[in-house]
Amino acid sequence: MKDVIRRARALDEEYNVFNSIAEEVETEGSGRLENVVVSVKDNICTRGMQTTAGSRILEGYVPPFDATVVEKCRGEGAFIIGKTTQDEFSFGTFNVNTPFGVPRNPHDPERSCGGSSGGAACLTAVADFPHIAIAESTGGSISCPAAFCGVVGLTPTYGRTSRWGLVDYANSLDKIGCIGKTVADVALLLSVMSGPDEYDSTVLRVPEEDFTGYLGDSVEGMRVGVPGEYFPGALDPEIARIVRDAIKGLEELGASVHEVSLPHTGASLASYYIIAMAEASTNLAKFCGLRYGLHLPLEGSFDEYFSRVRGRGFSEEAKRRIILGTFARMAGYRDAYYLKALRVRTRVIEDFRRAFKGVDVLAAPTMPVVAPRFDEIAGMEPIQHYVMDVLTVAPNLAGIPMISVPCGKVDGLPVGLHLMADHLQEGKVIRAAHAYEVSR
Amino acid sequence: MAGHWEIDKELLEHLTKVSRLELTEEELERFTDQLRVILEAFREIDEVETDGVEPSFHPSELKNVWREDAARKWDWDPLGNAQHKEGRYFKGPRIT
Repeated sequence: MKDVIRRARALDEEYNVFNSIAEEVETEGSGRLENVVVSVKDNICTRGMQTTAGSRILEGYVPPFDATVVEKCRGEGAFIIGKTTQDEFSFGTFNVNTPFGVPRNPHDPERSCGGSSGGAACLTAVADFPHIAIAESTGGSISCPAAFCGVVGLTPTYGRTSRWGLVDYANSLDKIGCIGKTVADVALLLSVMSGPDEYDSTVLRVPEEDFTGYLGDSVEGMRVGVPGEYFPGALDPEIARIVRDAIKGLEELGASVHEVSLPHTGASLASYYIIAMAEASTNLAKFCGLRYGLHLPLEGSFDEYFSRVRGRGFSEEAKRRIILGTFARMAGYRDAYYLKALRVRTRVIEDFRRAFKGVDVLAAPTMPVVAPRFDEIAGMEPIQHYVMDVLTVAPNLAGIPMISVPCGKVDGLPVGLHLMADHLQEGKVIRAAHAYEVSR
Repeated sequence: MAGHWEIDKELLEHLTKVSRLELTEEELERFTDQLRVILEAFREIDEVETDGVEPSFHPSELKNVWREDAARKWDWDPLGNAQHKEGRYFKGPRIT
């Protein structure tokens, strides 16, 4: 354990995965995470350790409390090693939207780790000590970097884990989940983190589950649905081939494969972004240079001071989203944008509900591309970043559980298989993912 | 003001005022173009038939949760991260 901090610093030098690293090894309690190192995405509060959410406006903020999920991990004996780098407030798909370190893909340092939980996925891939990452997803921020870095990412049902201590992006979309080297790792961490919390009224009141109990279960008789809309013409044909092979692999293990349709997939991207930006614009109103974070000299009126601090402290992407989100909620536009997007969301949820009447899990590629180069990303317009989320936003909008597992490589770059199930059916995705993982 | 699905510089300036965001002149120019392109792409939602469909504010039904209205002690300092303070008060800029 003592060597872990030195190792973490060396990995950070090479890959830029941390915003903060613990000074000394500290553990309390004992239990399921004894001798396990747990990293925490930097938008989740850690007592006594800086929490920036990847933003200049929270630089220097040291929370006086632990997020509930962090407290639970500490209680089971975990060593909280540090805070992993991310896109500012989780606004991004490539972990480049941050003034702090941009993590480098372990398979090719000229390429992105994916986002927004890029640091978490990268560290998971390169750590040479027992480690599982606490991460967070709003529109795909766990699945994307897990796919790009070749590790396992588990996004639970909305409301499975408490969001107390999470710096909010969008309250109806944010979920705390985990990234690990194996399905067993993420099943373990989710078991520790999940459960009711008096500080978060949106946590689902359901019995606690030990998700590791699903490991090793056979997929004999399991019905796997393949949505046609998730294999569009624009999808990299190599990725399509690798993912279809993986689905065939499940069939060979005894599952049956069925074609399904999720007709509102196309509109889900716009629906997601409008809702997420609208919620984000209200959540980010709290950052104004007063009680915490970035402060400037107290000059001018309230409006002048707030505008100056926010202008200085937010990066471009945050500003774009605040503006678009404010626009979507404005009188005169609210019905056409925000409420319309919420109605489209209902259609998306209905698509999944209908599909799950006939199948146990859905299988698709996690991302339409493999990890892009940083110079390619630099040439992209904002809208080109957004469309990369096309395969992850719909299940995130619906709040269903999903897991991305590595299923092959294109030119040495990892490809993810995305398995999704109905609300509260983490057991099914874990079962299918584990069976696939073990068979490779 | 711009029409449905359009954003011009005047509307953008209004939005920055309302959301208290200081943008440079260069940012204002660039954002006007970028936001126009983004909104054009979001038009896709207009294609979806949603008459009589209820909006989903959350992905699943949420029920309200109640607790006893009893005060609880906490032991951390609310002023611990504040730079502008005086005594036990946060200090802010003047109102106008």
